[in-house]
Order: sequence, then structure tokens, then C-alpha cells
Amino acid sequence: MSQAFTKSMARNIFFGGTTFFFLLLVALTFDTMQVLPKRDHRENITPQVASGKHIWEKNDCIGCHTLLGEGAYFAPELGNVYTRRGPEFIKAWIAAQPTKSPGRRQMPQFNLTDQELDDMVAFLKWTSEINTSKWPPNIEG
Amino acid sequence: MQFQSQKVAMPYFIAAIGLFVGQILFGLIMGLQYVIGDFLFPAIPFNVARMVHTNLLIVWLLFGFMGAAYYMIPEETETELFSPKLAWLMFWVFLVAGALTILGYLLVPYASLASMTFNDAWPTMGREFLEQPLPTKLGIVVVALVFLFNISMTVLKGRKTSISLVLLMGLWGLAIFFLFSFYNPSNLVLDKYFWWWTVHLWVEGVWELILGSLLAFVLIKVTGVDREIIEKWLYMIIAMTLITGIVGMGHHYFWIGTPEYWQWFGSVFSALEPIPFFMMTIFAFNMVNRRRREHPNKAATLWALGTGTMAFLGAGVWGFLHTLAPVNFYTHGTQITAAHGHMAFYGAYVMVVLTMISYAMPMMRGRVANSGKSQIMEMWAFWLMTVSIVFITLFLTAAGILQVWLQRVSTTPLGFMAAQDQAMLFYWLREITGVVFLIGLVVYILSFFVGGETKESAAQ
Repeated sequence: MSQAFTKSMARNIFFGGTTFFFLLLVALTFDTMQVLPKRDHRENITPQVASGKHIWEKNDCIGCHTLLGEGAYFAPELGNVYTRRGPEFIKAWIAAQPTKSPGRRQMPQFNLTDQELDDMVAFLKWTSEINTSKWPPNIEG
Repeated sequence: MQFQSQKVAMPYFIAAIGLFVGQILFGLIMGLQYVIGDFLFPAIPFNVARMVHTNLLIVWLLFGFMGAAYYMIPEETETELFSPKLAWLMFWVFLVAGALTILGYLLVPYASLASMTFNDAWPTMGREFLEQPLPTKLGIVVVALVFLFNISMTVLKGRKTSISLVLLMGLWGLAIFFLFSFYNPSNLVLDKYFWWWTVHLWVEGVWELILGSLLAFVLIKVTGVDREIIEKWLYMIIAMTLITGIVGMGHHYFWIGTPEYWQWFGSVFSALEPIPFFMMTIFAFNMVNRRRREHPNKAATLWALGTGTMAFLGAGVWGFLHTLAPVNFYTHGTQITAAHGHMAFYGAYVMVVLTMISYAMPMMRGRVANSGKSQIMEMWAFWLMTVSIVFITLFLTAAGILQVWLQRVSTTPLGFMAAQDQAMLFYWLREITGVVFLIGLVVYILSFFVGGETKESAAQ
């Protein structure tokens, strides 16, 4: 870089640029927070949905699955599993694990109670209703 | 080594390398589970192996950053460390807390671990990369604050350089943005939105300040180029990093319920994120070409050049590959993400820590550089690991393209597992390449034990 361009100019660009764009992030975040209620339908987050999310986290489901595309890529996307499979299939599937078929990927048995299975389904149902800008591209996730 | 207290960096580096080995072993376990699904099941389910793999990575990089800071800061500030004792104490606290956490993952079902560690009272666990139990998270905060106190006090009493200022800003940012990991609302969208304030603002924000600062420090040492020039580059690189990277966080806000304008902000700003990495490549090569001395530590110079190049390829090019919203619509949450993640983390953060270790370890062992024999071995390790990661990335990219095509683009889309079955060849190739990476890592460790003729450090 040329001699006319000094270190203090570079430093000022750093501090000025960082401050400006951090404030822009804060402003965009503020706006996002205003818009979100219409997209996440938070009025539908019942205690049951909240409990389902807690169970989701306590069993580290994200360690194999993706949820809205984030997580691990070892097992299917579950953001839309409620629409793909329906509530009864989800509960039966979780209860039937592991499949023990040789050489295939295995899901652990988490010993969820009927109540916990219902909570999990409620959480996945609520998740499937978030406005995700039409993602994923198709039902397979 | 100019100051006695710099030597406290040594245990940090040794711990970092030890945990690195653990990370790779668990990576190989997971890689094998991709092709032999029931491997080690139910002893080590995939999600447990993945937690261990990613958490070990984070912890050993933090060990590396802290060791690097303890080595650099006395030399930059031209004064002894505020308290080497405190640094030693925090070393043991962090190592024991880290080890207990990993053992907890491996020995106790995760749900029981959560119940035992007050997760029902204050749920923070079970989110990607932030799986640590509450006591571990609090421990990280304590260790980080004591570490920052120690480093900041040292800077306050000594010479203040731009390199140490940038490092300090990066490290403080690391501690501050980690606090978002304690916020976990029931609303998944809000949870995800602020989860990224830790994850993105770490790896595409403040960690890059640490990266730039470490690289600048080593480049000054091995090239002898004027500090003014190096620090000017450093400021321009980190300026571009944050100008593009802060709003670039929008590339995570495409499909998680957030408003659609993020597709524009995210695409445009993150498309510019390769620029600071490209500058880093130019910077590293330029400084080495303009070197005013022949530093005997060739291996450290190679690592520095490698960092510039691989960070650009992994974080820059492979990031750009899937960052535009119309592309990301198809690639989001596939092996493409995994491909990018592997090369970016290796190229940027693994390599810069190894650069620092390569430069500082011989100094702490009383010599300017290791023997020629030892350096040649270290360079073999460099090439084995670097070429392996390139191929791991290529194979994962191939698997990802196949997955996207079969599962998302095709007019008759396959289900997830059916598509995975079609990608098996690439998963096998990735696993074999992973074994080569491990061999490279073993060679790397062996290079520390190779003797031969060396120069005394007084020569510097």
C-alpha cells in the first residue's frame, strides 16, 4: 500500500466502519424484532410447545438432525417433518428406535413418556408453521 | 524468548495439541459412522461423537489463542506478564473443566447430564456448538475474564502496539459475544437469531481479529518487515472483516423465520467477505517476499503463508460458493455446509494457532528454530494435513452436490436417507483422507521430538 495512506487512516476506517455497520446490525435487528411476531406465530407457543423444545434440547437432537437447516447433516431435516410424516408417525418412530438393522445409521432410544412425545410433536408442529420464506425446496427437506 | 513469563504459553500449546488429537479421533469415528451406520452404537451415538468433535475443536483453539496471547503480549508490550501464576491457575481450571465436560458427554446420557447440571432451571444446552452444561459455560466465562484481566493489566503497564490492541479487542469480543449463549428463549426463531450472535460474531467477526493479530506478529518476527507497514495491513484487513462480516451475518437469516430483506443484506455483504481473506493472502506473501532477514524457522513461515492461502480458500471461496440466497436455498443444511466448515476452520484458525506454535515453541525451548531435520518433518506434516483437508473438502462438496441434486433439485426427489446412500463413495473417500490427516498429525507431533543441531536463541 502506498506511503500516502497511513496507519492512522487505516485505523480510522476500522473503527468508523465497525461502528457504522454494528449500528446498522442493531437497527436491522430492531426492525426484525418488530416483524417477527407475524412470522413466527408466537401466540401459538403454548407451555406444551415450550416443553417440546426443552425435550428437543435435552436429548441433543441437533447433534444428528437439522432444524430449519441448522444442525448436523447425519439425519433428516425436522423443521417440516410434521407435514412430511404427521404426528402419529413421529411418535411411533421415536418409540421404535433403534431399528438395529445392521450397518444402517442408528437413532438412540430416548425413553420419552407419552406426554413427552406429545410435547415434542407440538413443538415440531409449531416449528413447521414458521414462515421460512418457502424453505425447504420440497417436502423431503 | 525475551521475557521469562512468556514461557507460560507452553502448557497451553501442549494441551491444545493433545485435544487436537482427540478432535481428529472423534472426527474419524463420525466419518466411519457415515458409512457404517451402527459403528460403536450405542456406546458412542453420532450426536455424542459430534459434540466431542466440535467442542474439542473450540476448546483447543481457545487454548491456542490464550497460549498465543501469553507468548505475544509480553514481547509486544515489552514487559513481563502481569501474573504468570494466575495464567497457570487458569490453565488447570480450564483443562479440568474441559476434561470433565467431555467425560460427561461420553459417560452419561445427555439428558441426565442436563438434569444433573441445572439445565431444567436455566436451559442453555442442546444447541449446536453450545452443548456445554451450565457450570462449564460459567467456567468459560470465569476463565475468560481472569485471562482478560491478566492480559489487559499487562498491556496497561507496557508498550501499546496496534497488534496487541487488535488482539485485545478480539479477545474481549470473544468473551462478550459468548454471553449470548446464556440466552435461550422458548421461541425457536429468537433462539436461533441470537445463537448466531455468539457463533457468527465469533468465527466471522472477533476471532478474525485474533487471527489477524497472531499472523501479523509472526510475520513481523520472521520477515523483519517494518512494523508500520504490517500494522497498516492489519487494520485494513480487520476493517474489511467487520465491514463485511457484521451485516454478513444476514446469510444465516435467510430461512429461519426472519424477514426476507435479510436475503439481500446477507447475500451482498457476505459476498464481500472473501475480500479480507484475499487481502490476508496477499499480505502474507507480500511480507515474506519483502523480508529483510532470513529467519531460520522456515516451518513457521510456511504455516503463515498456508494460513493466508487456506483461510481464503476455505472461508472465502467455499463460503462464497453457497452464500448467495438463491444458491443457499438449495444448499442450506447439506454436506456443502460441512465442506465449507472443515476447510474454513482448518485454514483460518487451526493453521494460525499452528503458525504461532511453530514460531514460539522453539523459542520457549531455548532456540531460534528447530533443527533442519525437525523442520522438514514439520513441513511434511503441514502438507499431509493441508492436502488432506483440501480433499476432505472436495469429497464433501461432491457429496453435497449429489445430495442437493437428488433430494432437492430433481423432479422426483429422493428422501434424505435414499440420497445419502447414493453419496457413500464420497463418504468413504472422505474417511480414507481423514486417516491421512491423522498420519499428518502424528508426524507433526513426532517433529517435536526430533533432535539435531540448532542455534541458540541468543542469536536473535
